[in-house]
Amino acid sequence: MAHRNIIPLGPQHPVLLEPIHFDLVTEDETVVDAVPSISYVHRGLERLVEKRDFNDFVHVADRICGLCSIQHAMGYCQAVEAVMGIEVPERALYLRTIWAELGRIHSHIFWLGVAADGFGYESLFMQSMRLREVVLDIIEETTGARIIFGVCKVGGVRRDIDPETLKGIVQRLTTLGVDLEELTAVFINDYGIKHRLEGVGFISKEDAYTLGCVGPLARASGFDTDMRTIGYAAYPHLDVEPMLEQSGDCYGRCLVRIREIFQSIDLIRQAAGKIPEGPIDVKVKGTPNGEYFSRVEQPRGEVIHYVKGNGSKFLQRFRVRVPTFTNIPAMIKIMKGSQVADIPNIIITLDPCISCTER
Amino acid sequence: MSEPQEIIPIGKNELVGIVAGLFAEGHRLVQISCTTLECAYELNYSFDKNYRFKNLRFTVTQEEEIQSISVIYPNAFLYENEIHDLFGLTIKNMTVDYHGTLYRTAIKTPYSIENCRVPAPPKPKGEKPQERGKAEANPQQPEASKQPKE
Repeated sequence: MAHRNIIPLGPQHPVLLEPIHFDLVTEDETVVDAVPSISYVHRGLERLVEKRDFNDFVHVADRICGLCSIQHAMGYCQAVEAVMGIEVPERALYLRTIWAELGRIHSHIFWLGVAADGFGYESLFMQSMRLREVVLDIIEETTGARIIFGVCKVGGVRRDIDPETLKGIVQRLTTLGVDLEELTAVFINDYGIKHRLEGVGFISKEDAYTLGCVGPLARASGFDTDMRTIGYAAYPHLDVEPMLEQSGDCYGRCLVRIREIFQSIDLIRQAAGKIPEGPIDVKVKGTPNGEYFSRVEQPRGEVIHYVKGNGSKFLQRFRVRVPTFTNIPAMIKIMKGSQVADIPNIIITLDPCISCTER
Repeated sequence: MSEPQEIIPIGKNELVGIVAGLFAEGHRLVQISCTTLECAYELNYSFDKNYRFKNLRFTVTQEEEIQSISVIYPNAFLYENEIHDLFGLTIKNMTVDYHGTLYRTAIKTPYSIENCRVPAPPKPKGEKPQERGKAEANPQQPEASKQPKE
């Protein structure tokens, strides 16, 4: 048996944008075990429900993560609305959907950039970030902020988008789609990228299911899971098909995210064509008394916002189960048996969001 | 549109048997969460199969031990370590036990009854002032839970 070494990876490492640590147990160049360590920057946001009433808490939920901001606010609001039996106006549901898909596009393009940087493709990184600006500009024009949306509220949304602006957004996203086809062709066809990703970081469909994987990680292994199909917000009125791959490797995860960017552009086009006229919010009366598990599809997969209230204006419990947290056991499984040199690529394609995990 | 959700109350000792049955039926473990009540903890084990959401629920006191389900669902160890570190509950036979080091927190077990404040429910309308005073002094609530250490 080869001598065993422990190689520490993180919490600061070029491929890790946020702090997470792995102790990689290696035999020669092969990783035989990986022990994750989290909570370097744990914020305990869940306990802020003791100090912020259920309406104000939307701002906290919005700030759990920069890349999944809108989905956190939306999931939280959905949970409170379900507890209080609030019927959100249909226009508000469409607006939430449009912003959620813009958030997904900007998160996935950001991932393309980070991945390109990790592979050593500097100009590809710059191109990805340049294209992401188009989406950030749209978000800024419609919400007033580039990263933290701040538009959701219990009972609806805070801002409307007029028809002309919506038309302009669809046109700009169509142009962005053409540019993205050129950009993503490099990720799909480049020999160097394929060589480093194909067959690396494999996880089977059965393991993905048993280990509770969610999001692109699960879908790249052929596990059909996408919370948008359960029909929250305006998704029941739109054509949503989970983007599946069967390879279960890093390349498959890359393909799933690329296809989801184009799917999101299409969903925004569909939503802009179907959005009804009407109010964007309803007046909220009373306080939450009951409980609900809200499930929303973030860019990284299923997120759960659990809300429990006892009739007080302060919630009794707010709990977020984020996709990265539930994907950690699969990360360990994937790393076992991999080569040390492949670990950075594996981590990149798993796309961990530590900001969410350290809620 | 609210998703239909099933909450099934179970006994603490039935947990492992029921979870093994759900695993055999092909359910996915979605999450395990804990809620601090006034004098106890409420645990929710959530499962999903074909987008049908199901919860197992039971209540335990601080002293009671809970059996781990990580032998059945290997991904349960993270949730169980989280509950141990944040709530201070004892979970037996976890496949991976961090022994309280998964979370680095400023205070130990920040979500425990001693540290967590459970909001008082609103007072019923028409209650007389003297009765309201009595309602505020809840003899069941420990003193520590009314005044968090933080």
